[in-house]
Amino acid sequence: MEPVIGLEVHAQLLTDSKMFCGCSTRYSGAPPNTHCCAVCAGMPGALPVLNARALDFGIRSALALNCTIATTSRFDRKNYSYPDVPKGYQISQFEEPIGRRGRLDFSSDGQPVSWGITRLHLEEDTGKTTHTSVAGRDVSLVDYNRSGIPLMEIVTEPETHAPAEAREFFAALRQILMYLEVNDGNLQEGSMRADVNISLRQPGGELGPKVEIKNLNSFRAVQRALEYEIDRQNRVLAEGGTIYQETRGWDERGERTVPQRTKEYAHDYRYFPEPDLPPLTISESQVESFRASLPELPLARSIRFVQAYGLTPYQAHVLTLERATADYFERAVAVAVASPAGLANWITGDLARLTHESGAGLQSIPVAAEHVAQLVGMVEQSEITGSAGKQVLEAMFTTGERPEAVVDRLDLRQMGDASTLEVLATEVLAENPKLVETYRSGKHNAIQAMVGKAMAKSKGKANPQKVREILEVKLQ
Amino acid sequence: MELMNVSVSELAALLAAREVSAVEAAEASLRAIDQGNPAIRAFLRSTPDVALSQAREADLVLARGEGGPLTGVPIAVKDIISTAFVPTTCGSRSLENYVPPYDATVAARLKAAGATMVGKTNMDEFAMGSSNENSAFGPVHNPWDLSRVPGGSSGGSAAAVAARQVPVALGTDTGGSIRQPAAFTGTVGLKPTYGRVSRYGLVAFASSLDQIGPITRTARDAALVLQVIAGHDPLDSTSVPAPVPNYTASLDGEIHGLRLGVPSEYFQEGMDPAVERIIREGVAQLRALGATVEEMSLPHTHYALSTYYIVSPAEAMANLARYDGVRYGLSVPGTDIWHMYRNTREAGFGTEVKRRILLGTYALSAGYYDAYYRKAQQVRTLVRRDFETAFERYDALVAPTTPTTAFPIGARSGDPLQMYLSDVYTVPANMAGVCSVSIPAGFSEGLPVGMQIIGKPLDEAGILRIADAFQRSTSFHIEAPAVSLGAA
Repeated sequence: MEPVIGLEVHAQLLTDSKMFCGCSTRYSGAPPNTHCCAVCAGMPGALPVLNARALDFGIRSALALNCTIATTSRFDRKNYSYPDVPKGYQISQFEEPIGRRGRLDFSSDGQPVSWGITRLHLEEDTGKTTHTSVAGRDVSLVDYNRSGIPLMEIVTEPETHAPAEAREFFAALRQILMYLEVNDGNLQEGSMRADVNISLRQPGGELGPKVEIKNLNSFRAVQRALEYEIDRQNRVLAEGGTIYQETRGWDERGERTVPQRTKEYAHDYRYFPEPDLPPLTISESQVESFRASLPELPLARSIRFVQAYGLTPYQAHVLTLERATADYFERAVAVAVASPAGLANWITGDLARLTHESGAGLQSIPVAAEHVAQLVGMVEQSEITGSAGKQVLEAMFTTGERPEAVVDRLDLRQMGDASTLEVLATEVLAENPKLVETYRSGKHNAIQAMVGKAMAKSKGKANPQKVREILEVKLQ
Repeated sequence: MELMNVSVSELAALLAAREVSAVEAAEASLRAIDQGNPAIRAFLRSTPDVALSQAREADLVLARGEGGPLTGVPIAVKDIISTAFVPTTCGSRSLENYVPPYDATVAARLKAAGATMVGKTNMDEFAMGSSNENSAFGPVHNPWDLSRVPGGSSGGSAAAVAARQVPVALGTDTGGSIRQPAAFTGTVGLKPTYGRVSRYGLVAFASSLDQIGPITRTARDAALVLQVIAGHDPLDSTSVPAPVPNYTASLDGEIHGLRLGVPSEYFQEGMDPAVERIIREGVAQLRALGATVEEMSLPHTHYALSTYYIVSPAEAMANLARYDGVRYGLSVPGTDIWHMYRNTREAGFGTEVKRRILLGTYALSAGYYDAYYRKAQQVRTLVRRDFETAFERYDALVAPTTPTTAFPIGARSGDPLQMYLSDVYTVPANMAGVCSVSIPAGFSEGLPVGMQIIGKPLDEAGILRIADAFQRSTSFHIEAPAVSLGAA
């Protein structure tokens, strides 16, 4: 049996205000029902007004996913009753979403893959219901702070995929939405959530019943839930059982999918066009100007990094994981004093480690990309040694100084001039007669130790290669 | 009570001249409400505290000579328009104790213009009805004959104006709910073009059809009130951004050369012959004033009413879903959330509201959408095209507002179809989104007859010009029902 998998991803849009009212979207940590108004609490007579920025974000996302943008699009009412749906309907897009027929290209296990995108549409988030107990009584509490937060729903084509690939799709989608700066990528806080659909079939055969696993909020959960579900369905079938179309949840601790409480009746959402919002018309020229304003997306950027800068595919991949890193790298490259490969190593190596340790993001560290370029340039020009470079970078990270300033302050400039090194070599030979003897007896490895002595004497500033050359000449 | 027998423009002149104060005007209105309400029941509540405090403020403005045409003018507001901190019940048990935390845009604009709100008027529950018998708080009685209905759903607003309790009241019109009661009570009822007046704060019945408008005794008064409430509102995405013309500037009595069409579909079987005769006389009067009049056709008129009863219940089904007992209004506990919903809605909604929710649910259900809702929207387009085509030839259309005069209370309440037919001539203007005004055109057996003037989108000035010219040459609008004189 082969699995046919589709994802529905809900992503919150990084707008300042809600989808249809002026309430702030920054409700995280706020007391319940302090970020809502007549509109998002569904008071009688209140009307929605579309947040233009949410629409922009939707269009940009749809374009980044290679969707066709609808020249006329509209909102619909999705009717269902639940306490956290304050109007008794959710404003969504049903018949005419803003984007259709897209594609997301990404690499899975080093191989290029392409997933079809069925549609992308905008909708409002619901409030949040909590079932709890107050003074010994079971109660349900509703918080409308989240009600009306702009959401984008992205639906993929159902296709045969491996669970691991679904995980990478989710990661690639998150990466793109973060590149577009339309989503903060914070899975733990629910900024992106995935519902996965899965059915089994004999290759070329009829699709089995569809099982939906809702509300997965980690890459791992997507993969593990699918793996578990494929396994479970195969087991049920092997035992002569039947798969039912149903909605299941993911039990994170138990590492299994569990049936969700069956709904009392099948939902019929009775969609119809939202009369409170006029249809959206998006002109070709608007679409083109949105297209022109899109940033370079991660896959294209990593390919360019390999071609333009001679990086390895792995270096390019790591550098483009986050837009901030790639931007930082290119700012450093632009200074043109260090090699791109050297910069890639420093940025993904020591700088990434220091950044990670500081708990900050690349945008907020005190080290400017231009200064990193100068530092790497100094190492590459042998003005300082690599180990001195690491020392300098750490100092830059605390003080924000320019690399030259640190080098001068710590007196780390490499000894490169021949007469100084001559004197140094002569002293080393004089102070280490045993090593000289060992060398002359044919054990040429002893020169390593002599270079080490020279480095120590110079407090690491001597150019080890040049010292070695001078020693070799003198020992002949 | 004489003070309440004057028009808005006459009262405004008295107020501006300081011959009466805003407080006196408010007190006169509140007195008329107190005296008339036991028999007429036009008001669900009077708001003396609000009225008197607004009136005192209006007097200060007037004393500085800074008043506008509505400063100090008492006004009644249909109880489906949100008024901050004043209960807004929509004539429903479900909102009996609901107090809005905010003003509808129209309420805010009237406040800013200095009008004094004297009360909230009775209505069919959630504006669903044509007789006011669907109010959860009891029917309104027609001031011209207390045994008859005032029409609906803005029956309270129309009766209040007819009974000289206020010179102006706001109503709402989804399928005729301003014009039909205006016709039944001998008042002027204006349904503006869809989008001309903000719906923000109007509790929605059918969002693509609802429109707020004034009920007054003269076309000039309607123009004065429209001037204040019309205009784009950023809080209502369906409100039209077009500039608001000066509506009174066109009221010069001059309609010479205007081309008027009289749709033959509006004179069909089931119509009261006396109503037809009076409307034909009204048309003749307009011709006498210099307009050219032609019989013409709006071929899809016949389908407007049935499609209206698909579209409006569908929207109402969704609009009324929020009355679930969770956040505000009536809440009846249950063993679980589903029983709470059921108990709340069972107790909160009346029969007609439930009927329409069921109709709307059915029309949108899986498998029926294409046959009902989508088809109705297609027919709606045809109805709209009828008007577009007509307005290429005619400046306005003239027709009866209703097929009959006011019927007795109880006569149709058991027969929804008969009740729905009362709106057969008003619904098409809503389906097309065009503007229309009903004006008093005569009396049949002591009951008023209304004539409807339908105009192009945003041509309120045009239809008010015709209505005003008609009123300058007739006196139907000056006649008052005996009940209002008796109250005096």
